[in-house]
Parts: sequence; structure tokens; C-alpha cells
Amino acid sequence: MELVLAALSGFLVAAGAYLMMSGQLVRFLFGLVLLSNAANVVIFAAGRLTYANPPFVPDGAKIPDPSVANALPQALILTAIVIGFGLLAFALALAFRAYQSLGTVVMDDMRACDPPEIPTSTEKPSA
Amino acid sequence: MNSVILRTATRVLVPLLLIVSLLILWRGHNEPGGGFIGGLMAVIAVALYAIAAGPNAARRALRVDPLTIAGIGLLAATAAGLWGVVVDGAFLKGMWPLLTTAPDGSKAGLPVGSVLLFDTGVFLTVLGSVSAILFALEDAVYAHSHREAE
Amino acid sequence: MPRLLTFLPAVVMAAVFLWFAQVLGPVAAGNIPEWSWMWVEGLGIELAFRLDGLSLIFALMVSGIGAIIFLYTSVYFKGHEKLTRLLTLLALFAISMLGLVTADDAITLFVFWEGTTVTSFLLVGFDHEKQKARDAALQALIVTGVGGLALMAGLILIGFEAGTFRLSEIALLGDTLATSALYIPIVILVLLGAFTKSAQFPFHFWLPGAMAAPTPVSAYLHSATMVKAGVYLVARMSPALGGTELWIWGLTLFGAVTMVWASVLALKQTDLKLMLAYTTVMALGALMMFLGGDSKYATVGVATFLVVHAMYKAALFLTVGLLDKGAGTREVTNLGGLARSMPITMMIALLAGLSMAGFPPFLGFIGKELKYEGALAVMSEPLFVATAALLANAMMVAAAGLVAISPFWGKTPKSPKPAKDPSIGLWIGPMMLALMGLGFGLFPDLLAKYIVNPTVTSIAPGTAYVKLKLWHGINVPLVLSLITFGLGFVLYQGRFVIRAALNRPTFGGIPAAVVFDAGLASFKRFASWSARTVQGGKMTVYLRISFAVLTILIWGVHLISTDSLVPQPEAIALIPLVVVLLIAASAFVVLITNSRLFGLCALGVVGAGIALIFTFYSAIDVAITQILVEMLVVIILAVALVKLPAMPVERNFRAGDALIATAFGVGVAFVVVAVLAHPFDPRITEFYEAASLPDAFGRNVVNVILVDFRALDTLGEVAVVLIAAIAAVAALTAGKIRKSGEKP
Repeated sequence: MELVLAALSGFLVAAGAYLMMSGQLVRFLFGLVLLSNAANVVIFAAGRLTYANPPFVPDGAKIPDPSVANALPQALILTAIVIGFGLLAFALALAFRAYQSLGTVVMDDMRACDPPEIPTSTEKPSA
Repeated sequence: MNSVILRTATRVLVPLLLIVSLLILWRGHNEPGGGFIGGLMAVIAVALYAIAAGPNAARRALRVDPLTIAGIGLLAATAAGLWGVVVDGAFLKGMWPLLTTAPDGSKAGLPVGSVLLFDTGVFLTVLGSVSAILFALEDAVYAHSHREAE
Repeated sequence: MPRLLTFLPAVVMAAVFLWFAQVLGPVAAGNIPEWSWMWVEGLGIELAFRLDGLSLIFALMVSGIGAIIFLYTSVYFKGHEKLTRLLTLLALFAISMLGLVTADDAITLFVFWEGTTVTSFLLVGFDHEKQKARDAALQALIVTGVGGLALMAGLILIGFEAGTFRLSEIALLGDTLATSALYIPIVILVLLGAFTKSAQFPFHFWLPGAMAAPTPVSAYLHSATMVKAGVYLVARMSPALGGTELWIWGLTLFGAVTMVWASVLALKQTDLKLMLAYTTVMALGALMMFLGGDSKYATVGVATFLVVHAMYKAALFLTVGLLDKGAGTREVTNLGGLARSMPITMMIALLAGLSMAGFPPFLGFIGKELKYEGALAVMSEPLFVATAALLANAMMVAAAGLVAISPFWGKTPKSPKPAKDPSIGLWIGPMMLALMGLGFGLFPDLLAKYIVNPTVTSIAPGTAYVKLKLWHGINVPLVLSLITFGLGFVLYQGRFVIRAALNRPTFGGIPAAVVFDAGLASFKRFASWSARTVQGGKMTVYLRISFAVLTILIWGVHLISTDSLVPQPEAIALIPLVVVLLIAASAFVVLITNSRLFGLCALGVVGAGIALIFTFYSAIDVAITQILVEMLVVIILAVALVKLPAMPVERNFRAGDALIATAFGVGVAFVVVAVLAHPFDPRITEFYEAASLPDAFGRNVVNVILVDFRALDTLGEVAVVLIAAIAAVAALTAGKIRKSGEKP
């Protein structure tokens, strides 16, 4: 089943990247969400899958049963999800603000900080 | 959003969600839950309230600025780490002041200490941060549509 | 700054000089002081200093000439608004230089080496409102900076090959380095550092440019001390790296070419300062050439000539400053007949000039005789070296005449302003230097005992004691000296013709400085082109490049790797497979939809589906988190998206983007496959499982990892969440929000 998830993560990555390169704010945000989901799936699959046996120490025992799922990638993904959300929220705030200030959702037109065309450097350095 | 059903439901749901979120924080060490999940659940409660009554009402209900809450949370988590430094010289070392060690090495008492303080810090940081983003976004969107209406 | 305080650096430097001077006795007797502190213990790097003869000769020059320069500077720039800045920079330079020449650890040496590069940059660009000064400073920085990097690489290689960074230990290794596989790169890198710093051909061009610095700075850095750092380095490394064909020929050839070529260029100049700069390059070339000489006489010649040159060259530079101040110009063609109006200046110029030309009884004579003896003793190519030395020395005689005689010669005074000698504060320093040249010439034994012999011992250990004498009887060097004087006199007489000939535009092909400028210009053009192309301000281009580079990296690793990509065969469960297909289908909807609402819903399905996968495969906490976050994502997207304009319909299939995205996705999928093909190593997880309850009193292993075992990571992560929130709030509320459509 890990291989299926590998294929899924590949597809999510490809879809996310394609959307992010579209140059439109909303599609970019959608792509970002897909990409962070894909990253979590990658970590999850790489840590191996265990069906229906969560990593808890049962009452009366000192250590979990050896057959429980790998706890480590779960801990990694849990924080990654929250961080991914923080990133998305920030990107959304930026996107919204950019739209308000610049009046466009086409990313290539958002160049208030870049000069319209960088002039070719023709200055001749003197000795 | 102006819906009688939503507003009525909110009145019941929000306190319930908040209580559940604290419960989840508390039991997280032994069962599913913890600071992240509890914090997110509390945010859902706040978001629900904000949708039903508007961000300003939600802000008033929180009483404290959400970013302040988040800051207190981060401070609490850091304090939990410094606790270990002061007592044992190691940052973020788990401290269990309510546990006593029996002569045979087994421990007894209430397993409450720096780790719970740390998890509470996580809870508050998540709650405060996400609420702050939510409020700011709603404010900006409101101001935006207000101007467009002019 | 109070006037009196400006003399403090001079006093301090004089005290430092005296301190070094009182070490002379012990060092000559073989008691070498050392100091060291551990610096980077893991790498065996120490802050180590050692004062052997070679270090001491340089330390004395740096502090002694330094004291004179500081005094001169305080008077020369009296009341100048930037005097404090100038003195501070000079002091920083002096400290760096003293550290450089006393360091006994290769890395310590390098740090101080770079210190001199940086302070030199700031001093050359001292008149920073002038374009010319800025360009010259940049040129010096680039040339010596690149050389410094090469030197660092060379020193690190030496450290690895020798097993120690202590220079005194490396010197004792014999031919360990010369026989190592890395010998050739080491020599090339070290010589590159030395040649750039000491302005050897073809890097000689930065030094005349550096004459944009104030005159005292040029006298100090660019004649007496810093430019000799390369010479010091080569001398310091001689015991460990020297003696091979590569070393001897590299130094001899580059030194000789530099020497002759710089002498020719010196005769071409009319600006006295520039002329002195080229004679300095010539002197540096001579020193390099003799360091390659590998004979006792050559080494003695180096040690003596170092001292001689520092004295007369600093004195002459300062004299040019006196002329500039007293007569108003440094152009040799505008000066003449000043003997009566500037008698003291003339005295100094004459004393130093005679030493430079190598007349007896000045120390310069001994230096020159030793050079000829050394040249004749060079085993490889005595004729070549001696001829080069003869030519260069003859031109030196002519140049000395131009500096020391020409401005004062003649009946009618010629100067842009009424000439008179400057105050005593200015001339006392150069006078002392010039007199020392005479004094040491009359009593050479002092120099031999305390300075030359300890230095020779450090460069070439085991050399027998050498006596310095003015009169050697009639021998080949004396004959060569006479030829030199004759040739020099002819050149001096023919100076106008020679200068005119040299200044013809066709002379000399393409100067190195022009090549450097052209190189710099094309580099700038390339940088500008690449910045325009890569960072043209188009977000989609940035993204494409980022994704493409990532893809290339991933596939590069895949193609290089020899690991098997065949994972264990595995069972496929039906229900999870259906969920995966549902996720993929929803992601496809997100990909193709032109409706925000549709996309949002499909995104929700993707998230929920992944939460289901987490649930199936025992990740309860993760699944809950995923669901909650998915709700919040939908909430915040819904809040903001409704206010954004509808998505423009995408009609065209972007084939290039699709190619990048597909290659990227497939690459990532194969990363997972590659991981799965490796056997699983459960050690870390097993540790956490075993320790969770007994040590951390928690039964939920995931949560225990988060809040106890890896709590530091979690602390960092919640901090990031808070920072993201602060940034988002700031972005949404800060400043005045412009109406959409309004021009910024």
C-alpha cells in the first residue's frame, strides 16, 4: 500500500506544482495546499504503514506492543500540518493584501517592487 | 452571517467546544489529543463564534488580544523549558514535582509538571495565532467590501 | 579630537618598536618567544604567535616605519576633518600587519592577511568621494581578495598534508610537503596569494592604482609593509615548500619578469609617486626572484634588501609628500631648481636616492652587491638572473636620479607655487630613515648580527653566519656595479627620449589593467544579464526555475544512485485504495476547474481523504489534526476567496509547465520508492516506544515525542506559527490600504 501512496504523493506534487506555476493567485494557493498535503503523505509512506494499530501503551503494560504503528513520522506530520496551515494563512494574507494594493490577481503583474524593465548596464567602469 | 439557527446553536456549541478542547489538552498525554489538537479545536469554537456574531464580538468575547494569547503561550512553553534548566541544567527536561520515587524505583503520584505546562503553551499559541489570522482576514475582507460598496 | 591626541598612535607605535627592538638580542641568541591560545579546538587551530628573526625584521619595519608614518600623517593632515578616521584605519592596518608577520598558525596568519586586505581597501578608497579612488580600491580588493582565497585554500591543504597548522612545525617537516600528491596545487595556490599581494606580474597593475591613497598611506602600505606580505609568505614557506624545480622556476621567472617590466614602466612615469610605485613593484620582483634563488647569498640578499628598500623607499615616498606640500606638485616635469628653496627636502632625497641607486657607502650599495652575488650564485640560470638584475638596477639608478636629483637640479626654480621646506614634524621622519640608510652602510655589522642572520636562519635553517661588508675587493659584483652606474647615468641623461618613446601609444601591447577592467565590465554585463533573466520580476519565472532546479536535483540523485529501486511486494487493501482514488480524482478536479467554489470543495475532499488514510493506518492524532486544519483551511479560504475576483478561465494547456510538474512529481514518487526499497530501521522509534511510559509518564507515544523527547522542535514550530500569524496580521493591517485599481 506504501507504493500506492508513493504514486499518490507524486500526483499531488505534480498537480500542486502545475497549479502554482499558473500565475494566478487562487490557483497558486490551491497548489500550495496540495503540495503541503503531498509532503505529509511522503513522510507517512516513508515511515511504513501499519493497519489499525495506533502507538499507545496499553494499561498495565510498560511498552507498546511491538506491532504498533511507527510513532515518529506521525509526530513529524502532526507539526508539519500545523506549520503548513500557518504558511497557507500567511500566503493568503499576502495574496489578499497584494490584490487590494495592486488590483490584480495575475502574479506576473505584481511588480511594484521591480522596475518595469531593468535597464541594461551600459556604464563603463573607469580604471 | 445572519442566521437564527446558527446563532442559537453557537451559544451552546462554543462553550461545549471550548470545554472539550481543554479536556483533549489534558488527556493528550495518554490518549489521542494534546496541545495542537486542543488548540485547533478551540480555534474552531472561536471561528464559529466569529462567523455567527462577527469578528468584533468574538474579539470582545476573548477579552485578550489573540496575539497576546499566542505570546503568553510561547512564553509558557519557554518557561517549561527553563524550569528544566533551573532545576537540572537541561533545557526542556521533563519535571515532575508531584511524583515521588518509592524505594524500589517505581514512581507514584500525579504525573503533572513541566510537560503539561509546555503542552498548554502549545495550546495557547495555536489558539492565539490562528484566531489572530482569522480576525485580521475577516476585518480586511469586511473593510474591502465596505469600500467597494461606496 | 584634540591636537595632542593625534600624536598618540605615533607614541604607541614607537613604544611597540622599542619593545620589539629589545627582543633582538634574545632572538639573535636563539631564544625565540612564543605565545599561543587554543582557538578552534576541534580543527587544531590556535591563536599562535612566534617571534623568530624573519618575523622580527618585519615587526620592526612595521612598527618603526609605522611610528614615523603616524607622526607624519598627524602633521600632514593637520586639522583635516577625517584625520581621526585615517589614523584609526592606519592603526587597524598596523595591528593586522603585526599579527600577520608574527602569526605562527596558518589560519591565524590568514585572518590577519585578510585584515590587511580590508584595511588597505578602506585606505586606498580614503577619498571616497572620488570615483578614481573608489575604482582603485575595488581593483586592489578584488585582486588581493581573490589571491587571499587562493591562499586560504593552499594553507588548508598544507594543514591537511602536514597534520598541523603551526608554521614553525611545518617548517621542520623537510620535504614531506614537496613529495606529497598535493604539492603542485599547494604551491600554485600559495604563490597566487603571494603574487597578488606583492603585485607580481601579471597582477602588478593594482599597486600603481592604489597610489590613489594619501601619500603617507602609500609610503606605509604600498611600499614598506603590506606589499611585502607576499614576500614574507614566500620566505616563511621556503623551508617547507622550497627547493623544487617548480618553486625555484616559478619565483625566478615571475620575479625577473616583474622586476624588468616594472623598471621600464617606472621610467615612463612623470608623476613621482607613480614612478616610485613601479620601482616598488620592481623591488618586490627582485625579492621574489632571490627567494627562488636557493643559495646562501640570495637569502642574505633578500634579508638585507628588505631593510634597505623599506628605509629608502618610505623616505622617498615621504619626500614626494614634502614636495607635494612644499612645492605644490608631484609632476617631475613641473619641478626643478629647488635646491636652494628646499634644502632639507633635497638632503633627504639625496640620501635616500643614493641608497636606492646603490652608491657606497650607503646600505643600498651592500644590498646591490649582495644581489649580484646572489644572482651569480643562482645554480639554475645565473646569467639570466644576473642580466635581469643588471638591467633593472640600471633603470633603478635612473629612476633614483629622477626622484632625487631632477627636482632640485638647475638654476631657475620651477614649481607651481613658491617652494619652501615644510615643518620639522614632516621632515624629521624621512630624515631619520634616510640617515639610517647611511648609518647601517657604515656599520653593517649591527645589521648583520641582529637582523640579517636571524632572518636568514628562519628562511634557510642551518646557514652559516654571514658578514656584511662595504668593500669586498675587486670582484665580479663590483664590476657589475660599475656597469650599472654607467648604464644608469646614460639612461638618466636620455630620460626625455626614453619617456617619449615609452609613452607612444603603441608601446607595450595591452596593459594588464585594461584586461582587468574589460574582464570586470563583462562580468558585470553577465551579472546584469543573469539578474534580468533569472530575476526579471516575473513570479511564474521564479517558480518555474525553482521547480526545474529541484527536479534536476532529484533526478540527478536518482541517476547517480546505484541503490535498488525494487521494493518488497505488498498487499493492496481495497477500501484505502478507493479512498486514494477519490483523493486523486478530487485533486484532478482542483487542477482543471475554473470555479473557485468547486476547487474549494475538491480541496476539502482531498484533505478529508488524507485524514481517512491516516485513520486507516493508525495515525489517530494526525487524522484529528488533519480534519481540524482542513476545516480551518476551508474557512479562511472561503472568507478571503469570495472577495477575490473570479479565476480567469484557463484555456491553454501549458505544456512546458506540465513537463516540469510531471517530472517533479514522478521524481518525488521515486524518492518514496527508493526509501521503501531500503530495509526499515526502527531503532529510533523503538527507543521512543520503550521510554515513553517509564521516563515520560505518557501512554500516547506520538504526544510524548512532541512535548517531551522532541520538545525543542515543537517549541521552534509553535514559534514559527506565531511568527506567521504576526506577519499575516501585519500584512493585512499595516499601512494605508489603497483602493483596488488605484495607481500605487
